Amino acid sequence: MAVDESRADPVEDKSWISVTINGSKQDYLVEQRLSLADFIRNQVGLKGTHLGCEHGSCGACTVIIDDRAVRSCLMFAVQSDGSSIETVEGLAIDGVLSPLQESFQANHALQCGFCTSGFLMSLVARLREGPIDTESEAREALSGNICRCTGYSGMVAAILEQSNSIQGIKENS
Amino acid sequence: MKSAPFKYYVPSEIDEALELLYQLGDEAKILAGGQSLVPMLNYRLLSPANLLDINRVSELKRYSLTDEGLKIGAGVRQREIELSPEIELAFPVLHQALTNVAHVQIRNRGTICGSLAHADSAAELPSVMVALGAQMVIRSGVGVRAVKAEEFFKFHLTSDLEPAEILTEVHVPKLPAKTVGAFEEVTRRKGDFALVGAALLGQWDANGQIQNCRIVCSGVAPVPLRLRFAEDIVNGTDLSDQVLVNVQQSVMDSLDPTEDIHTSSHYRKIVTGVVVRRGLSRLVDQRGAANGSR
Amino acid sequence: MSQISEIKENLTVTNIGRGMIRREDPRLLTGQGKFIDDLPFSDFYEAAILRSPHAHARVVSIDTERALKLSGVIAIYTAADLEPIMKDLPPKVSHPKLNYQIRLPMVKEYANYVGEPIAVVVAENRYIAEDAVDLIEIEYETLPAVASTHAALRKGGPKVHIGSESNVAVHIIQKAGDPEAALKTAPHVIRETFKITRGGGHSIEGRGVAARFDPITQQLTVWDNTQAPHYVRQMLATIYGMTEDEIRLIAPQDIGGGFGPKAQFYGEEVVIPWIVMQMKHPVKWVEDRWENFISATMERSQTHRVEVGFDEDGHLLVLKDVFEHDQGAYCVGLQVPTITMSTLPGPYVIPNIHSELISCYTNIVPTSSLRGAGRPQAVTVMERMMDRIAEHLGMEPAEIRRRNLIQPDQFPYAVGLLFRDGSPLTYDSGNYPALLEGAVDRIDIVKFRRDQAEARSQGRFLGLGLSMYVEGTGIGPYEGARVRLTNSGKILVTLAASPQGQGYETVYAQVAADAIGVDIDLVEVRHGDTSSIPYGQGTFASRVTATAGPAVWEASELLKSDLLAVAASLLKCDVSSLALSGNSVFIESEPERRVLLYDIALVSNVGRHGMSVPRDLPIAIERTAYFKPVQAVYSSGISAVIVEVDPETGKIEILKSLLGHDCGNVLNPMIVEGQILGGHAHGIGNAIYEEARYSEDGQPQAVSYLDYALPTAIEVPTPELFHVFSPSPLNPLGVKGAGEGGTIPVPGAVANAVEDALRPFGSRICELPLTPERVLRAIYDHD
Repeated sequence: MAVDESRADPVEDKSWISVTINGSKQDYLVEQRLSLADFIRNQVGLKGTHLGCEHGSCGACTVIIDDRAVRSCLMFAVQSDGSSIETVEGLAIDGVLSPLQESFQANHALQCGFCTSGFLMSLVARLREGPIDTESEAREALSGNICRCTGYSGMVAAILEQSNSIQGIKENS
Repeated sequence: MKSAPFKYYVPSEIDEALELLYQLGDEAKILAGGQSLVPMLNYRLLSPANLLDINRVSELKRYSLTDEGLKIGAGVRQREIELSPEIELAFPVLHQALTNVAHVQIRNRGTICGSLAHADSAAELPSVMVALGAQMVIRSGVGVRAVKAEEFFKFHLTSDLEPAEILTEVHVPKLPAKTVGAFEEVTRRKGDFALVGAALLGQWDANGQIQNCRIVCSGVAPVPLRLRFAEDIVNGTDLSDQVLVNVQQSVMDSLDPTEDIHTSSHYRKIVTGVVVRRGLSRLVDQRGAANGSR
Repeated sequence: MSQISEIKENLTVTNIGRGMIRREDPRLLTGQGKFIDDLPFSDFYEAAILRSPHAHARVVSIDTERALKLSGVIAIYTAADLEPIMKDLPPKVSHPKLNYQIRLPMVKEYANYVGEPIAVVVAENRYIAEDAVDLIEIEYETLPAVASTHAALRKGGPKVHIGSESNVAVHIIQKAGDPEAALKTAPHVIRETFKITRGGGHSIEGRGVAARFDPITQQLTVWDNTQAPHYVRQMLATIYGMTEDEIRLIAPQDIGGGFGPKAQFYGEEVVIPWIVMQMKHPVKWVEDRWENFISATMERSQTHRVEVGFDEDGHLLVLKDVFEHDQGAYCVGLQVPTITMSTLPGPYVIPNIHSELISCYTNIVPTSSLRGAGRPQAVTVMERMMDRIAEHLGMEPAEIRRRNLIQPDQFPYAVGLLFRDGSPLTYDSGNYPALLEGAVDRIDIVKFRRDQAEARSQGRFLGLGLSMYVEGTGIGPYEGARVRLTNSGKILVTLAASPQGQGYETVYAQVAADAIGVDIDLVEVRHGDTSSIPYGQGTFASRVTATAGPAVWEASELLKSDLLAVAASLLKCDVSSLALSGNSVFIESEPERRVLLYDIALVSNVGRHGMSVPRDLPIAIERTAYFKPVQAVYSSGISAVIVEVDPETGKIEILKSLLGHDCGNVLNPMIVEGQILGGHAHGIGNAIYEEARYSEDGQPQAVSYLDYALPTAIEVPTPELFHVFSPSPLNPLGVKGAGEGGTIPVPGAVANAVEDALRPFGSRICELPLTPERVLRAIYDHD
């Protein structure tokens, strides 16, 4: 087997990035091959974003970047330079659960809770595009994430309850 | 599942990107949406020495819909095209195919051109682009060339792209008047790659006959498979039930599809006939609308 | 939302039986969970593992030189460096006849499955550790591999373990009555062969182990997201030659799903803490998804050859089942196939039974318990045969079941076989007719048959499938709970078992609050730390509700009697005049005469320095109880599924799913329903989607979620639930396990429904999961 010099001496190059995370902007020096997920977890220290598959299928690592839900395991941190990143830690304000988080609790939409952050971020992004009115829309909105504990029923109920209450507020105002 | 080390380049101009690519040659991979590439890096199925990120090349981030058709730059996300009401109106079959590409989180990041360059024969976009008669605009340090979609896909995960080339744009020509289309696929789960898929286009003429029909299948061969023999059967017919039965039988009799861990050749043989028939019957459903409105 | 409301009559309860929202949720919903990889192990090195790429190979040489030179690599360990711990990892459940093959923590000479650990790299971070794994050079001599039980049993074929004479791990026969004679005389006998393939647990969090050694206290602290912390501690103590007190095993507060694979014991759990003691530096290893696909235990692969004999009226006379079980490369435990054996008869009266297990080694990652643990296979086989009997006699499938069910007045009912816990298979309680009729009423079978006939006339194919099961839960030997009055006047419940999403912090606060009578807000529940409670078994086999539940109840009752005794002493009254509620004990007739729990803690726990206390005054208010069940308690249930099958593509759409469930009394109906709903999704996965395929040379074919189809919200419908209450007489809470019941009957019900839908084609559904491929083959190959 021939010695591959490039592999024996990994590139240590790092880059500065400037990102806004949950509203606060900061500069970080990141290794070029560091995944965005590992950056958020280990360098920023926000451990609520979880890694479930590292190939973009389970959705546990979903975060919102510039208003779009994306897989943080399929981006490198260096690519996020200049962007605004939202993670699960930004959803509750001063420890008060957001209405969607409250609906999750009320409807037993989580069990082990490992996948929950990713579901919440997917749904937050989706609900900004418009309400979810039907069960099939709710299931479509959930389908990019995998949960092994709940069977999804509680999440479907939580979304519809959440959407109905938003609708109710709009109709009453 | 962490990527092997690589040297990261992030050009902001296309010429800079091409120059870098020329220098790095086959030691480099182009990173666009990364939704297929990064999983392969994380599994270490690939460990390129250099990664050339084209996401900052502003020239590539544009798409335009004109009288000539649709032009989509290499930096354009699938979701942008999916969400454009004008594109949905002009190319409903493209929109329909896009909604079947993985899940929204992937489409938010994945690019149209990236999916085409990845050349997965079970993916939705390659077969749709072949059906739409799209042109691939390929650039390198020495110039630009255009390749028909039909000739672009060489094998499963292999395209016509040379190491120093970038698929910078895809051109989808404007569809003739009264074009109808359909996208059909059978998958294990919603969002999965196709076990069998088909993109169909055609035009109903004044006599109520389908013309210029294009039938392109995904998942059944190492490249998007255009079923010319099936097109010959249906062109000039009214797509009566008997025609549909004939074409289904003909597809079943003629094909020798690929086999993989997802399903057998035999399954694909049978179901491709079904999918083609179902797609054609959706063209039939659109006969009235096509004659009425356009 | 809950449809569960009843509770055992003799319990005075205010919290038990209520669907209280979970205390765990706020931290999990805000990203503040404490999963193993979220703990602040910032100074820990990280490990990556080189795993065998071959299903069967001899390791000729290992060269780590280049890898060690890589900047950031700290150390590399192979079996040669770990001689003191290269000891056998014994099976959880064994058998005297087991053809035993030693399982070592790492490969010493022969790698026997793809994924078996060969070398451990310790580096500054996981990225570098993985780089180094790629630089280790190993020379292998590849050997022929065995990748199915069929191949394992082939005469003259290759052997899974070099030097062994047979690939059969164990051959066990259990009989009740005289099955041979009954088969000869039965008026009708029908036969079939069923095959169920491999599937995985797929907790979204992988396995993980981290450890730190304190050279001053000589204390080894291990964080391990195991389902069984005390079991792991015991294994480590044995292998390392340490006492149990020298090892503190902590299952983190939050564990991202278990489902069985995390209840097993793996080489990584032995190696990582040992390395930590060698290096005198903390290390963590967190399994990634690729590793999970190839090295976490799996389940389900069995091939059954079954015969049933019955009379003209459809009464079962005899059941004979001979099945091959894929044990994988090593015997991690025999619990799965032995559970299959005893689950076969289900809720039916069967006078003569022959159940025969041929368990085989294969060169594939070992199998072990996975949600359902051998039961989904047994239930699929039995329930498929019930439908075949109905078809044979031209009877409605519900009717054939009705005629054979064990009746409510027949409990305790002795089946005539042994359960996996070693006790006779004796069902303690149940009401199987109520489950069947509950489903039949809700489905409206008469109407369904009309709809089905009409749909068929339009070329649409609908089918109905029923599937019933009886599930042994709450097994021994024991589970423990410690209940303490804290010095601040609160109640702390410490469980030995650790949860993976089952809401113990909520449920056991409900139990303790009711047993003591205090305000539930004063009760806190902790779990998963062996230093807080000396003994325990763990969370598996749907056992905790029926073992830890009574332990919490009993310890709490003892604690209450202490609290009352202290209060009686302080108030100078008789205990019988006292009542406990909120945060105080008071004289019932004079409620203003009261002592706070805080006061009791001051007197009995804190004490006054140097002062004596009355002889009969309880001090150090803490009680521990270990509940040891006399035998398993038997939950039961029914699944009914209506499907539509597209006969042109083989795609299955579930139009309706119904689950009837009986786990006795219910502590928290919201959580029990959650367990059933989650189990149901797993059952749908096993029925239609999930398959861990291997090539004939033992290479895994599905190592990503693109290739392994875990169901999403689109594939899993919300089932309608109903509950039947048959409290167990065998524990003080009347409870039974609920963790697996949602999974167990579903594959059989779906298979029955699909065959029912395809009856016009004469299709035979004999292999799961029902991929489009298999369904289409069943349509085309029916003759």
